[in-house]
Amino acid sequence: MDFEGNGLLTATVFLPLVGALLIAVLVRNNRHVRLVAGATIVIDLLLSVLVFTAYDLAKGGVQLVDRAPGWIPIDSFKVEYFLGVDGLSAPMVLLTGLLGFVAIFASWGIKERVREYFVWLLILQTAVMGVFTALDFILFFLLWELEMVPMFFLISIWGSGRREYSAMKFLIFTFLGSAFMLVGILIIFFSTGTFDMVELPGAMQGAKLLAPAWLVFSLIFVAFAVKLPVWPVHTWLPDAHTDAPTAVSIMLAGVLLKMGGYGMLRVSAAMFPDVMVDAAKFLIVLGVINVIYGAIVTLRQTDMKRLVAFSSISHMGYVLVGISSVVGVAGVVSPVGLTGAAMQMFTHGTITGLMFLMVGLAYEKAHTRHIPDLGGLATRMPIIAVGFLIAGLASLGLPGTSGFVSEILIFLGTFPVWGWWTGVAAFGVVITAGYILWMLQRTMFGPQLPRFSDVRDATKMEMVPVVALVAAVLVVGIYPAIISDYFSEGLTGIVNSIQQSAQLAMAQ
Amino acid sequence: MSDWLEIAAWLVFLLPLASFVLIVAFIRPFFIQYADVAGRITIGAIAIAFALALVLFVEVVNNGGRQIGWTGHEWLAVGEFDLSLGIFMDGLTAIMLVVVTGVSLLVQVYSTGYMKDDPGYARYFAYMSFFTASMVGLVVASNVIQLFVFWELVGLSSYLLIGFWYHKPSAAAAAKKAFLVTRLGDFGFLLAIFYLYFNGATFSAAGLNALDIPDIHDAMNMGIIAPGVAMWIALGLFAGAVGKSGQFPLHTWLPDAMEGPTPVSSLIHAATMVAAGVFLVARFFPVFEASEIALNTVAIIGGITAVLAATMGLVMNDVKRVLAYSTVSQLGYMMLALGVGAPGGGIFHLFTHAFFKCLLFMGAGSVSHATGGTFDMRYMGGLRPHMRWTYITFLIGSLSLAGIFPLAGFWSKDEILAFAFGGDGTVSLVVFLLAVIAVFMTAFYMFRALFMVFEGEYKGGADADPDAESHGPSDHPHESPHSMIGPMGVLAVLAVVAGLLASPIIDLGPIPKHWLVHDFLHSDGADFNILIAAGSTVLALAGILLAYLMYLSKQISAERVGSAFRPLYILFSRKFYFDELYEEVVTVRLFYRVVARALDWADRSIVDGAVRLVDQFSRNVGRGIAQAQTGQVQGYGMAVSVGVLAILGAYLLFK
Repeated sequence: MDFEGNGLLTATVFLPLVGALLIAVLVRNNRHVRLVAGATIVIDLLLSVLVFTAYDLAKGGVQLVDRAPGWIPIDSFKVEYFLGVDGLSAPMVLLTGLLGFVAIFASWGIKERVREYFVWLLILQTAVMGVFTALDFILFFLLWELEMVPMFFLISIWGSGRREYSAMKFLIFTFLGSAFMLVGILIIFFSTGTFDMVELPGAMQGAKLLAPAWLVFSLIFVAFAVKLPVWPVHTWLPDAHTDAPTAVSIMLAGVLLKMGGYGMLRVSAAMFPDVMVDAAKFLIVLGVINVIYGAIVTLRQTDMKRLVAFSSISHMGYVLVGISSVVGVAGVVSPVGLTGAAMQMFTHGTITGLMFLMVGLAYEKAHTRHIPDLGGLATRMPIIAVGFLIAGLASLGLPGTSGFVSEILIFLGTFPVWGWWTGVAAFGVVITAGYILWMLQRTMFGPQLPRFSDVRDATKMEMVPVVALVAAVLVVGIYPAIISDYFSEGLTGIVNSIQQSAQLAMAQ
Repeated sequence: MSDWLEIAAWLVFLLPLASFVLIVAFIRPFFIQYADVAGRITIGAIAIAFALALVLFVEVVNNGGRQIGWTGHEWLAVGEFDLSLGIFMDGLTAIMLVVVTGVSLLVQVYSTGYMKDDPGYARYFAYMSFFTASMVGLVVASNVIQLFVFWELVGLSSYLLIGFWYHKPSAAAAAKKAFLVTRLGDFGFLLAIFYLYFNGATFSAAGLNALDIPDIHDAMNMGIIAPGVAMWIALGLFAGAVGKSGQFPLHTWLPDAMEGPTPVSSLIHAATMVAAGVFLVARFFPVFEASEIALNTVAIIGGITAVLAATMGLVMNDVKRVLAYSTVSQLGYMMLALGVGAPGGGIFHLFTHAFFKCLLFMGAGSVSHATGGTFDMRYMGGLRPHMRWTYITFLIGSLSLAGIFPLAGFWSKDEILAFAFGGDGTVSLVVFLLAVIAVFMTAFYMFRALFMVFEGEYKGGADADPDAESHGPSDHPHESPHSMIGPMGVLAVLAVVAGLLASPIIDLGPIPKHWLVHDFLHSDGADFNILIAAGSTVLALAGILLAYLMYLSKQISAERVGSAFRPLYILFSRKFYFDELYEEVVTVRLFYRVVARALDWADRSIVDGAVRLVDQFSRNVGRGIAQAQTGQVQGYGMAVSVGVLAILGAYLLFK
């Protein structure tokens, strides 16, 4: 087996797995477990920063490739070990590194079955990091599947409420989606003879597919739609979030949902430009439903976690809205909407990660997430209140935070294509402001309640992940080009291929 | 133009921002015991910013009020979309900069007295610095999205400062209301931005950028934008202005915003931020000018607001609420001026109003300070001998607001009235009449307030007021400290002389007649009309006289007037039931209890219900099939044989 590449990506992806094995085999003491997990994730964060900065934007394309062609030694079945990053995945690697770091540090207070917990969390990190860097379709699929295992155990063992039900629901939904995806992947392989995700967009052009293109597209799209999630296959999400422990919610909302949007861009749009253009009219309708329906249902929630979960459904709708701009106007496709969609994945990852973190902290101190029982917490926990406020303002798309940048790009990119549909989606920002500010008012503001007279504010250790995420939210909000330049570079190829097929369609 | 000017302009924005960052990053966490430093940092930063604003103002004056152009700095570029941040410096920006930094400086000085001993002292000045920076960012913006960014950030400052005392439920509710109602208007602003961008091809064909404000002006002057397009853009922008400037029908948040500390009301909810809507319309005036429908909408909404708000001001008992409705009404005046085609007049009134209204709010804060923390005028009275300076400055502010010759308010109000009168068409006439009605009511409610607060007998202050929240010592009303009286004195002088900048009859040599309106803002001005000037003065005096008869000499019983017009009195004091309509009926009953509840139910019962149905179906099927798993090999063999036969049969059949 030959190995090409400098191994940086391999290290970034598999270091957490190594850490997990180390903990599983060698470490016995809970304090040491935390230290090993913490050290692993800090190094992994540094590695992901290194990947992000080592990527040469001026050069573009796929870089930092690690590949081992004979990974699975079956000649007719050319499965490779193939990792690499381009403009689309480099920021996602950074996001995963950051949120993995946050998740581990948000779990510092876990008391029950500590060793197992960190093992699963680190394996999850490897799986997600792998999905964003794998460029071989089978490797991509394997890592996509691998992510379900730790999620299932993390929710069903360390969760609350109806945790078994929620974990099972998550598993079945995701599994059903990926079963379809596997069929799609195999059809693509038998039609083109390759699993190479870099070659595939070109290879698919003019290749004779064994099944109608729209069918293959749909098989794969279902998996991404469940993950994002798209209405009406979203109902696993509120349950999973509500019952998951804080760190798992952070990973789920922060990076796992983004696998859906990432897949839509990396696979659906890049490999099926024609079908994607035809499907765009459904995407905008589903996107608007996600945004508005999600936001309205959010208003009714009384559990803080469930509220944030529903708000995620609404916000992921903007990703769909942004992607629906692939149709272009008069044969000209603009990268603005797609870049906005990718930006939304990144920014929502940090914002909702922060949101779940703050909900988790407030819950830990006040012992309830039931909004009507809360109130006046800001007096006793000003730091948590400020974190909450920043998360909320970013979530409602306030300028100066990263949420604004992605939303404005999505709207500007999509409005010329879908006109008033976009206008309707934009009304989501008003409803969002409604549920966010109302929640803040009911939980943080108002007179201090006697039953919370001795709650404590966040400790220094608890502040570490908060500060990391607040910084990410503000930096990208104030100077978005540090992320958006990557995405617009990474999406150029996709935009060009859609452009070509759009012009072909116009010419016919 | 030279580079140092651009740096100076950026510094006007960056200095208060730096003050905010300093306080948040260092004073609050590390030096909380030295909170006073926060006030000094803020005042220092804003004082330098004000000095720079004056320098810029002089430079623009030397440039004849025309634009000084600088190229933008790239901020975000995706494909053909290119967003540059820059500074758009012209007469309008220059005068706004002076007003914003100048008034802010005075308010900060006042705040050191008013907010003394408040536990949130450092936080207060951090927010105030942030507001000042955002407001400066708003007025210098050279790009629509840049403007929108700061437009939202002043909204955030407003939210934070209204909810400054967040432990008060009423303050938390008012803050949320302010944000949501203005955001409803901002939705229109956003749509206008989308629509501008949508027409980007028209702009780029002429080598222009659809989101750059100078380019939008050029495009309008070149006539490449169709009036129909201009109309939608203008109406969208105006929706934003209606929200921000508290115009009918989105005026309901502004009176509630009085929950914030009084200096906040005077700076943000009287002098500067609420005037941002007027600024926005003036900034995009070429777009409005292209569409008669848009202009008429602005005029009518402004006229309705001017009168509607004034009627509510007539009956309020809270002095800050009287001033709040007065602000809404005066903002309506400014809008009305813009709508009849007089942006210069509208901005002139914005300019003078900033001084006298800020002054009046400071006066309200001062009397509240003296009476132990009440704002209810029914528990004040007789304060004149105890608070000479507050009384004199309040009187000057009231006279200026009422439009009495020769104070600042007289000139700016007269400018608007004369212009509306001179306009042709029904709309001009209608709004002129509305403006005239408002003149009378303004004079009446202001002097009603003045007499209730300062004349008659002292009625006990906060101790007598059952609703007062904070109870300071209220037995012996006393004058406020110098830090509060000083800024009020400066504003009182300005409330007298500021009108001379654009007086239609007084020529001061370096400042000729109509200077601000004609030579600086390059807008049309109205000729002096002695009939209108005299008529409006007489009306205002009549209002004052009526207030005198009802509240000072008591020759007319206020109670009897109230009961004679009982239905009207109730309608006004219940604020025309707008709050009930918006909050109770539309938001809670219709939206929350019907629409949202139905969707939430559908999500659980229908969408998730379908999932459970599939779940149950597959469980039952599974149970059914499980019964076939008997473990008897004969049975399996049978099934396999049947299956093979079936496949063979199908193969033969469809071959």
